[in-house]
Amino acid sequence: MDTNTVENGLALARAHILAPAGLTESDLERVFSQLLAPGVDAADLYFQLTRHEGWVLEDGIVKEGSRSLDQGVGVRAISGEQTGFAYSDEIILPALLEASGAAKAIARSGQSRRVQAWCQGSGLQLYRPLNPLESLSDEDKIALLKRVDAEARRLDPRVEQVIVSLAAVHDVMVVANSDGRIAGDVRPLVRLNVSVIASANGRRENGSSGGGGRFGYEYFLEGDRWRTYAHEAVRQALLNLEAVEAPAGTMPVVLGPGWPGVLLHEAVGHGLEGDFNRKGTSAFTGRIGERVASPLCTIVDDGTLDRRRGSLNVDDEGTPTQCTVLIEKGVLKGYMQDTLNARLMGMAPTGNGRRESYAHLPMPRMTNTYMLAGPHDPQEIIRSVKRGLYAVNFGGGQVDITSGKFVFSASEAYLIEDGKVTRPVKGATLIGSGPEVLTRVSMVGNDLQLDAGVGTCGKDGQSVPVGVGQPTLKIDAMTVGGTQA
Amino acid sequence: MAQAHNGNERAGLPPQAELEALVALALEEAKRLGASSAEAGASVDVGLSVNVRKGEVDTLQHQRDRSLGVTVYFGQRKGSASSSDFRRESVLETVRAACSIARHTSEDPAQGLADAELMAKDVPDLDLFHPWALSAEEAIAIARECEAAALGADPRIVNSDGADVSTHIGLRVYGNSHGFLGGYRASRHSLSCMVVGRDGGEMQRDYWYTVGRAPELLESAASVGRKAAERTLRRLNPRRLSTRKVPVLYAPEVARGLLGHFIAAISGGALYRKASFLVDSLGQRIFPDFVHIEEQPHIKRGLGSAPFDGEGVATRPRTLVEDGVLQGYVLSSYSARKLGMQTTGNAGGVHNLIIRPGALDFAGLLKEMGTGLVVTELMGQGVNGVTGDYSRGASGFWVENGELAYPVQEITVASNLKQMFAGLRAVGSDVDERGNIRTGSLLLDGMTVAGE
Repeated sequence: MDTNTVENGLALARAHILAPAGLTESDLERVFSQLLAPGVDAADLYFQLTRHEGWVLEDGIVKEGSRSLDQGVGVRAISGEQTGFAYSDEIILPALLEASGAAKAIARSGQSRRVQAWCQGSGLQLYRPLNPLESLSDEDKIALLKRVDAEARRLDPRVEQVIVSLAAVHDVMVVANSDGRIAGDVRPLVRLNVSVIASANGRRENGSSGGGGRFGYEYFLEGDRWRTYAHEAVRQALLNLEAVEAPAGTMPVVLGPGWPGVLLHEAVGHGLEGDFNRKGTSAFTGRIGERVASPLCTIVDDGTLDRRRGSLNVDDEGTPTQCTVLIEKGVLKGYMQDTLNARLMGMAPTGNGRRESYAHLPMPRMTNTYMLAGPHDPQEIIRSVKRGLYAVNFGGGQVDITSGKFVFSASEAYLIEDGKVTRPVKGATLIGSGPEVLTRVSMVGNDLQLDAGVGTCGKDGQSVPVGVGQPTLKIDAMTVGGTQA
Repeated sequence: MAQAHNGNERAGLPPQAELEALVALALEEAKRLGASSAEAGASVDVGLSVNVRKGEVDTLQHQRDRSLGVTVYFGQRKGSASSSDFRRESVLETVRAACSIARHTSEDPAQGLADAELMAKDVPDLDLFHPWALSAEEAIAIARECEAAALGADPRIVNSDGADVSTHIGLRVYGNSHGFLGGYRASRHSLSCMVVGRDGGEMQRDYWYTVGRAPELLESAASVGRKAAERTLRRLNPRRLSTRKVPVLYAPEVARGLLGHFIAAISGGALYRKASFLVDSLGQRIFPDFVHIEEQPHIKRGLGSAPFDGEGVATRPRTLVEDGVLQGYVLSSYSARKLGMQTTGNAGGVHNLIIRPGALDFAGLLKEMGTGLVVTELMGQGVNGVTGDYSRGASGFWVENGELAYPVQEITVASNLKQMFAGLRAVGSDVDERGNIRTGSLLLDGMTVAGE
């Protein structure tokens, strides 16, 4: 198959969306000529067609399955710092013209302008433009769910409940803007998740695991990857049955590699998004060039990683994604930008303009955010701690951009006593200050890992898939929110 | 009526009969394709929202969302599908997609529609529909007034995340093959403001909002702005706390979340999976004996009011907790069958949960507590529904001698929800009615506060 090129990605996207609606380039020109009223500086049309499916196995049977189809077009008009937005779930010319009329009402009087000649935007080739819903037969999807369930139940008699879910999204977009650029992308995304409850001696605990990315379902079959998810979920649940109360107070914290990188997403990631810095509401506002982390820390946001959950060939404004250095050897280097905030701040867009769907406005959002590997052996890092916490798995996190305070909640953690990992402790929330916490990073491991492909980030009510990663790292002092004072 | 509401042609809701016809079409098609039973829901939501920041419009958004969801049952095998496309051929395609799913799901004896005799017999008018004839210009003017009140409140208010005005109207229709077909319209309007303050040290932000079914129920723009500013100012120059065990007073805006955890723990889905710390707790004492919690689905203009639930089952007022003892679970027909019980009309959740207020207001509760922590904001998701273990980031105020002493931040509060519920000492009279859960402040016995 020779579909793995972006031009074909764009061609495919146009064939999926614009062709069935009978929309031609001259129709788009007609929409833009209406949209570009006096005072409108820029405008874009975002066409999207999304197919989603989800399957759930529980009590050993496949209880639920669902499919959804959502399509529409979002119309945005920008006048200075002001944005007008309307959308339609009908991709037809009259609806487009009507939405344009509503969106352009934002502009006051000003210069009139015209759309430039169309040019096709170039993008990356990070994943194949396939439809993951069709990457396995429905029978094979059901068989996969059942194998995961059987494996989890086989592992230990204490496993009481197993829930397995499988989901895929086939997201096709075309974005055309008033600079005459037209870009498109076909974005597959799959996910498999296993959640188990184990019980013993009247105690009941859960564990969960999963993964995914921008490919077909066959990813889960390669090397029996599904089996490792089942093992991991069961291991966590059984471990939690043994967990003691978590400590409370400020202590050294060692974070494991991979998903604990949610630390970076919360502590610095959101605070470095362009919109908060343009508005001056971030604790990092105006701090480019300043030291905000220990010299061991180099942190990037990279939308160009092969088939990762947070990767995109082009962002939702048609800008190719890139690897943006946020913090280099501890010094703040840059922000993540969409086109609006980049223009208003006199900076270049970084391919971080993302939106949940055609019915939402784009904003600066993260893609895959991670810290580069450092010099230390992970075992040496643990040995360096007299008494502290070793946290290797996390639930979600949250940040207050303005004060910089952030939290993330450990779901698998251990005590470190005299340089050794000892007892598992119950989940606890860790809290810190974004501009401070990374200045306390004293050791960085040589074991960089990215997460398994399960992250979803929420901002202003919009959810987008993201990735995180980091090597093992040691924070000299962080507050651990357990119950044992 | 609604047609002119946003001052443009995009704003209207379709007639209810139009959505009823779509639902009927979907049900007929399901029957034609051999489904033994089926249900379908259709909704249209239309809205306008503006954000004004530093006196200028930041965004002006017109929303219009449609959705059709279909569930079919072949015996006790289930399949679902949904679409935003209301054209006839798309509706038929959606039904076919649901049927194709049902070919692959398993027989599940608990699956199916709610029992026919439980369907709502009529759809009471709960006075939920009050469209706001608000033009974009008027919305902008209200947001400006609100933000100006916040920015002008004090020179230490140095920046703004802006003021938002939004107005939404919606129509939803649900029908199933028992012959139930019902629908209702509802509106929701809100005004909010968030500003940033600074007094030497680091920046702090806080916000205030008002929400209601009818525009006249909203707090004034100036009042919302002033409260946003007051709340921001009182947080300036916070301290941390050393690690300690103290009583904690949850302000109403965060107390709501604690009751949300309670509802999650007595919900059918968590119970039949044994994924709740309140499994088998019916008839057990969960709270101290002064606690009374009820569900009131038929409050006129209530934000959580609904005449029927997500399965067409008539909603009804009931007592969930009496004298601290759990009287009922929160069940859909599916979870009810799994538990060998009957649905409580809660497919889709609870409808106006109310905990009976006590005699003391916020100031009275501070005196009652004496020394301790007031929490006004929580961060993160550190709540384990299986075990009840609770650990969240917090900010608020340290209290000494029954008075707010100073703001605090970058601390955590931790305990176990079972102990927290049992250790509830008082419910305030300062009820926050801005949501589906109505509660005053909640004063709890000792929790572990972790800090420096």
